[in-house]
Amino acid sequence: MERFTRLEAFAAPLGLANVDTDQLIPARFMKRSRAEGYGQFLLHDLRFEADGSPKPGFVLSDPRHARAKVLVAGRNFGTGSSREAAVYALWDFGIRCVIAPSFGDIFASNAVKNGLLPAVMPESGVEALMEALPGVGYAVAVDLEACTVRCGDLALAFSVDPVRRLQLLNGWDDIDLTRRHLPEIAAFREARLAAQPWTMPRLGAAG
Amino acid sequence: MSAPRTLFDKLWDSHVITQREDGEALLWVDRHFVHEGSHHAFRKLDEKAAPLAEPGLTFGVADHYVPTRNRHVIGDKEVAGMVDRLSANAARHGFRLFGLDDPAQGIVHVVGPEQGLTLPGLLIVCGDSHTSTHGAFGAYAFGIGASEVAHVLMTQTLWQRKPKRMRVTVSGMLAPHITAKDLALHVIARIGANGAQGHALEYDGSAITALSMEGRLTLCNMSIEAGARCAMVGPDETTFAWVRGRPYAPSGADLDAAIESWRGLTTEPGSVFDREVAIEAAEVVPIVTWGVSPEDALPITGRVPMPDLADPARAAYLADALGYMGLEPGQKLSDVAIDRVFIGSCTNARLEDLRAAAAVLEGRKARVPGLVSPGSSLVKRQAEAEGLDRIFIAAGLDWAESGCSMCVGMNGDLVGAGERCASTTNRNFRGRQGQGARTHLMSPAMVAAAAVTGRLADVRDLPTREG
Ligand code: SF4
Repeated sequence: MERFTRLEAFAAPLGLANVDTDQLIPARFMKRSRAEGYGQFLLHDLRFEADGSPKPGFVLSDPRHARAKVLVAGRNFGTGSSREAAVYALWDFGIRCVIAPSFGDIFASNAVKNGLLPAVMPESGVEALMEALPGVGYAVAVDLEACTVRCGDLALAFSVDPVRRLQLLNGWDDIDLTRRHLPEIAAFREARLAAQPWTMPRLGAAG
Repeated sequence: MSAPRTLFDKLWDSHVITQREDGEALLWVDRHFVHEGSHHAFRKLDEKAAPLAEPGLTFGVADHYVPTRNRHVIGDKEVAGMVDRLSANAARHGFRLFGLDDPAQGIVHVVGPEQGLTLPGLLIVCGDSHTSTHGAFGAYAFGIGASEVAHVLMTQTLWQRKPKRMRVTVSGMLAPHITAKDLALHVIARIGANGAQGHALEYDGSAITALSMEGRLTLCNMSIEAGARCAMVGPDETTFAWVRGRPYAPSGADLDAAIESWRGLTTEPGSVFDREVAIEAAEVVPIVTWGVSPEDALPITGRVPMPDLADPARAAYLADALGYMGLEPGQKLSDVAIDRVFIGSCTNARLEDLRAAAAVLEGRKARVPGLVSPGSSLVKRQAEAEGLDRIFIAAGLDWAESGCSMCVGMNGDLVGAGERCASTTNRNFRGRQGQGARTHLMSPAMVAAAAVTGRLADVRDLPTREG
């Protein structure tokens, strides 16, 4: 997993609340393999007309935001379906950090597992950031050590779960971490099945 | 003396393998459900050349993409490939698959409880957000993403931080015709689509105890739409009666021992919750959604909201949502004409749901086309044995095979652009049922009422054979 420490990049002011994962990547695109890249499908139906041309008023249709690595959004970002493809679409588009007042729990977890920072910023902070962005050419600096976003003279604090912060800072992969606990896992399994044999499915794998 | 523990505390404690200093715990997973959409996770397994840790605790279901008509031929090559890949993974890794041709196939959250794979006290995960459904049995059940699915495949464990605890107490009794779906939408409208974010949600109170297992499943299913990490109802005699005799459930002395242990899965008096919400069941009325988030829900007797000029952000949201939905501010909800109906999904396609819809449709004609897709193939056969299929067909609706179908449209069962659908599903997100589709969520009986009137309608205005 890629580490996340500091990021100086352009931020796109999406602003919308309740951006669910069905919007982040509509279901019809999820049959494809990741190798083909998911970036073109990010927010597809908000971004494109039925004939495939960009929707004029939409923020990501603005050429200024084509290189954005940060997305600023309203509350409850990534709510809904557990599809990790929503994170793949953001990542493949180039987004490395989403700033919002709150996130869907599963989305936030998926994001961190892929090295993308879900930065929780109070509603007032997000509003201030949205207002300040045009004046600085949409450039921001995200610092995960300090948990701040700088935008011109403005320095705004964000929060992220401390464990997730460490994972992102170090680029840790859970599986490697878990493998160190294999003996404890085996012991737990044995004890559980001995004390509560009914937790095993009756018909077993052969069912 | 130790502090009194909640049901969730007990579920959590009994699955902790080890605790890290930073507060994350490694949890044991008792059941792992996978589906065709889990292909990203199996690819990760292959990349690490890792074996499947526990084939006996892993169960596959073909549901998200499967055709509901003419199943023997899958026209879409990509879909056929996904269903085949799931079968290949099941064969290679040696886990039980409820595949397309299996008589017990169905939607994963219907199959688990039906087969007795879902039990009280278990930790259950699946790469699907509505895994919260299984909490209806007093299980700790939650949806995970592909990276976590891969982690469970490889280790049968997950790292988690303990969620906060929240309780919704529903006292009194729900009125006739008021269902768990109405209650769920009532709760979401009250606390918001992120109102339970970061929380394990326990339902309690006389109205909850009175719910059937089907109703509890609907309620826990919809809890993810309030942002809850997981939801649960304490197991009781209703739960035990459901479990008894299910194929994978314990039996005989094992079942006695299990029930003995399940009786301990209660929230102890004096337990403290991080958040409490109290609801009077008598206040819950038939509810429909009008917007693009499940929190956009109102009594059917109400009107589409008017923008509040004092709150520009809210007014902008409303204008946007109503624009998408093709509705006028202040319009009476019962004046809204619909184009089609859908009865299906892991929320509301169990036997009780189909019976409720059929009770309204019996002897009547639907004014709009519609599709009925039972929650599982077993539900389908039972419904046919009861003659429910004939009621749906006589009313003019299509009776199809089981799968996720028009809940998410992955199999090609889509609502057309600009079309308005009264639906028993769980998400009215933009484009959820198809690009440009307009979804109104409601209970199965309310969908049936909408079908026979051709508009959003109050089921209480339509007499049924049960009164
Ligand atoms: S029926 Fe709908 S909500 Fe349920 S698992 Fe299938 S797609 Fe998800």
